Amino acid sequence: MTAILEVTKATRRFGGLVAVNDVSFKVSSTGVTAVIGPNGAGKTTLFNIISGSIPPSEGAILLAGEDVTALKPEAKAARGLVRTFQLVKLFQDLTATENVKVGFHLKSRGGLLAALFQPAWAKQAERDAEEKAAALLDLVGLSKVARTSASVLPYGQQRLLEIARALAAEPRILLLDEPAAGLNAEESERLAKTIRRIAADGTAVLLIEHDMKLVMDIADEVVVLDYGRKIAQGTPEAVKKDPAVLAAYLG
Amino acid sequence: MTNSPSTTSPEAPGLARPHTRHFGSAAVWALSAAIIGYALVFGGYMATIVAFALIYAVFVSGLNVFMGLTAQVSFGQSAFAAIGGYTSAVLTTTYEWAPLPGMVAGLVFALVAAFLIGFPTLRLKGHYLAMATLAIGLITYEIAVEWESVTQGYLGISGIPPLGIGPFEAVSDRAILSVLSVIVVILAFAVTRIRRSRLGRAFSAVAGSEEAAGALGINVSRYKLVSFLIAAAIASLSGSLFVHVVGYVSPEVFGLHMVILAFTMVYIGGLGTVAGPLIGALIISILPEVFRGMKDYQDLAYGVTMILILIYAPKGIAGVAGALDARRSA
Repeated sequence: MTAILEVTKATRRFGGLVAVNDVSFKVSSTGVTAVIGPNGAGKTTLFNIISGSIPPSEGAILLAGEDVTALKPEAKAARGLVRTFQLVKLFQDLTATENVKVGFHLKSRGGLLAALFQPAWAKQAERDAEEKAAALLDLVGLSKVARTSASVLPYGQQRLLEIARALAAEPRILLLDEPAAGLNAEESERLAKTIRRIAADGTAVLLIEHDMKLVMDIADEVVVLDYGRKIAQGTPEAVKKDPAVLAAYLG
Repeated sequence: MTNSPSTTSPEAPGLARPHTRHFGSAAVWALSAAIIGYALVFGGYMATIVAFALIYAVFVSGLNVFMGLTAQVSFGQSAFAAIGGYTSAVLTTTYEWAPLPGMVAGLVFALVAAFLIGFPTLRLKGHYLAMATLAIGLITYEIAVEWESVTQGYLGISGIPPLGIGPFEAVSDRAILSVLSVIVVILAFAVTRIRRSRLGRAFSAVAGSEEAAGALGINVSRYKLVSFLIAAAIASLSGSLFVHVVGYVSPEVFGLHMVILAFTMVYIGGLGTVAGPLIGALIISILPEVFRGMKDYQDLAYGVTMILILIYAPKGIAGVAGALDARRSA
């Protein structure tokens, strides 16, 4: 497999606590990879290290072979690594369409002069953004609420909108932080289909998830964490039977 | 809260009802036009009040970009008005420059100052940024007082020529009101365009969530700085306009009072709206005159009116008008 993302010996200490301890794994440039683990296993810390919101104490993050360990989130986004948030962070005052259009930031250009004088290329870019935003909203099933303010959307739709917005940045790898948290069964189903579809379209997906059913349904590869260490890695079927995983989850 | 999308999505053709959709906003513009029209026709004291209101509308338009579109706080915008105003005053009196190049020079100085101040401070968040900007306003005031060889201290600079280009000079009330109205309309137009652009969306993203903006590749401190520079440039313009319209400048003009008044205007008018700065500036400038006849109860009536507006129009006058339009078209 070709790896889009490589986590090498990542360690993060908070004082005496070792939240992530010497974790290494590779994420394939195709398909869905999931990181699972019981509460407090270090999933979120690992996720924050990868996305750049906190630096690791030791270890490295390679994105398509390039060392991006010390880069800030916006620099990682520019190199094709885009994340969503466990507690949805939408731009509340903007409509669904406008939220997605913010996602095109990296893939478009134009500052104050383009805004004020609106040359032909800027108008064309705006029309393209409008069309592409409509297509992305269609992908996640939110076309009907395109003109609705993000703040009044139900929680499940807010999550899907956040994914559509992240896709607008055309990531090479999309990081989803507990995407199924707070969703009902029907919304979860819709989410699973959307994630499969994104992976099928050629974007690598790395997700951190609590919901085992979702992970077993959609993941191609599963990494299991417990007490900050990687205890298993493999296909969902293999991981499910792994004695170390059963011990961590059941007792 | 945008109420005027430029295009209609094919999925929702029923949403577009152009003739009813901007009624509320149109009413706000009509009211502003009526007030300015009244001053143009009847002139006199009212013309002076409205001229000051329009200069404030310019200043508040800048503040609105930084506070409304980008959701940052600055108590120090008066510093940039002072830089623009004093540069214009000194260059057109001592050095006998024409008003326009003086104004441009003020703009350049204000931008340089805003860059030097903004670059370090915009990395601060929340209260720290507010405190830092407050200090900038106070320092500029002190400089205006102490640097007597240039600013003539408390005495101020008088004999500043009126606004003008070449042979045209805006001396009469009507000419001044017309020039100021044109500038305010151009600024409103500019803000409309910024809001619907890539730049405006980056501002909204910073306002909405700095973390999410960063995750989408938006350089948060850079866009805060751009917003700060735009606000400073507009503040500088308002300072220059003030000194040319009044013909005189002293440190008090750009004191803390100016900042408090501008904050009231931007909130009463509607933070982040296009028409807000104008209607806010007009209403806050005219209200004291309306209540003047009530003598002892004047301040009480003014205060009660402010509170009533903020209770019934918490998003400001233009904000409520926009919300009505959005509901009508939904």
